[in-house]
Amino acid sequence: MIDADKVRMSFSGRRVLDDVGFSVRGGECFGIIGPNGSGKSTLLKLLSGVDDPEGGEVRFGGKPVRDYARKELARRMAMLEQEALPAVGFTVREVVEMGRYPYQNWLGDEEGEPGGLLDAILDKLDLTGLAERTLEHLSGGEKQRVALAKVMAQEPELLMLDEPTTYLDIGRQIQLMDRIQEWRREAGLTVIAVLHDLNLAALYCDRLLLLHRGRVVGIGEPRDILTPEKLADVYGIAPIVTEHPIRGVPQVMLQPGGWEKRLAGEDRDNGRVDVSRRG
Amino acid sequence: MNRRLWLWGGAGALLLLFSAVVSLSIGAARPRVPLSDVWGILLHQVPGLSSWTEAVWPVSSEQIILKIRLPRVALDILVGACLSLAGAGFQGVLRNPLADPYTLGVASGSAVGAAFLMLTGMQFAGLGQWTIPVVAFGTGLVSLFVVLRLASENGKIRMETLLLSGVVLQAFLGSMVSFMVSISDKVVNQIVFWMLGSLALRGWPFVGALLPYLIVGFVVLMFYARSLNLFALGERQAAHLGVRVERTKIVVLVVSTLMTAGAVSIAGTIGFVGLVVPHLVRLMAGPDYRLLIPLSAVLGGTYMVWADTLARTVLSPTEVPIGVVTAFIGAPFFAYLLRRKKARA
Repeated sequence: MIDADKVRMSFSGRRVLDDVGFSVRGGECFGIIGPNGSGKSTLLKLLSGVDDPEGGEVRFGGKPVRDYARKELARRMAMLEQEALPAVGFTVREVVEMGRYPYQNWLGDEEGEPGGLLDAILDKLDLTGLAERTLEHLSGGEKQRVALAKVMAQEPELLMLDEPTTYLDIGRQIQLMDRIQEWRREAGLTVIAVLHDLNLAALYCDRLLLLHRGRVVGIGEPRDILTPEKLADVYGIAPIVTEHPIRGVPQVMLQPGGWEKRLAGEDRDNGRVDVSRRG
Repeated sequence: MNRRLWLWGGAGALLLLFSAVVSLSIGAARPRVPLSDVWGILLHQVPGLSSWTEAVWPVSSEQIILKIRLPRVALDILVGACLSLAGAGFQGVLRNPLADPYTLGVASGSAVGAAFLMLTGMQFAGLGQWTIPVVAFGTGLVSLFVVLRLASENGKIRMETLLLSGVVLQAFLGSMVSFMVSISDKVVNQIVFWMLGSLALRGWPFVGALLPYLIVGFVVLMFYARSLNLFALGERQAAHLGVRVERTKIVVLVVSTLMTAGAVSIAGTIGFVGLVVPHLVRLMAGPDYRLLIPLSAVLGGTYMVWADTLARTVLSPTEVPIGVVTAFIGAPFFAYLLRRKKARA
């Protein structure tokens, strides 16, 4: 479905991604995890074609991502962002309809009106009652649902998630991930998710990629990636990894201490590069 | 969507027509031309309708209306539409409700080019009547580029920084114009009066000169209306939905500057129109650019007709520069928007 081949990227002389390579299979949920500044967001930008890699190549459906026209790409992949939708004066229905933009001609018409599709999506996400409300008058959780409805309207084959649960409480996190999971099963969707929460990643992803300082530390099933050794290496913590009593996937329990060595080392690193870095 | 467009568009067009006719009947000429005569004179000009109306008005009235006032009102409408569309365009791609040809310094940039030509007497050098607009477009683009460069930090542009950069550039360009005024001895009045904005004694040729700018700008902005809607969600969201973000930005900024340059080279710097009008439209009809663009054009024309009517009647027979009138209305409005924006953030 999507392959990254020895992808490299740097910003103002600092290497952010170094020879990152992997392939994601159709229908899979692929998680990308790693500490702050490990290059997760940059990787997502390269995968979605927003930025071009310095070296290497990203291929989507066998064709380099940069060879796609913007609209064609938008018909096949969608991105659910971390930030909530801004408080604009558009109604929920209008925003969800914006997801159809890549299918519309310049007059805003589309072959085979999507009216039924939009209604079905609104209904599915309990947004029908809010359809005529403007975004300014929605709560954070409602806006997140609108954002999900919008990417659903895009009908992509590949959905990318950029830390979508960051600003949500745990109830909403589970709700969001469940809805995506359901959508995945119904439509055969492929998902690439950048996640901060390792336990969520273990629960919802088939495979994980652990990224550290721009390099791949490991790719594999959660049980092979979320090991105490790897986590200690990458995050500098001393975690306890147990098995989920029902799901059987690894779950990470934290305990205080253990970070001193790693963070002290990182600060030293940062001190060295800080001058050239600036943002 | 289409129903709303026809509804609002129709109401806007009627308001514009009404305003134009009322404005045509108000002026310094004595005796006044009554409103009914204005309607008559206008209808008399419409092919096919001329036989229905009897010419019962003095010839002098017809001359005043057709040769002096009508071109002026037409120019009001075009200038107002150009500035409002430019404002809507700038606000759309910069995602900044306070952007407008004037606050961004684009109008002042265009003015510097035009004033320089007036100072050196090269108004018609090279391209005839197109010389001033073309040069104004060039200097306007340069100042837009400078403002955007000044305001961007790591590729991001914050609202406050953008306004600050606009103010700085405007002060600089304003002093350049003042300098040009002070070193010239014979054309002082021409530059000064044009700078403050005036639509008096321009005549039909100017209407013909400005019309292409408006048509080009309007068509291009309409073409990008849906992309501008997606811009409201943020540039990245727009890109993920299939908008070619960089191209949209450049095209919209350039046509908005083009319309500004056209308006400025004919009428001088008339501030805040591009700020006030699109905002009023948003309050009434919502944020959808497919409605916002046509309505801004129509309402911009109406707004300018009234501003110009005020400008020439308040201290009649002396004319107040129209830029003074729009600033009197626009600056407080700007302050109001700024406060509201701050209260929200």
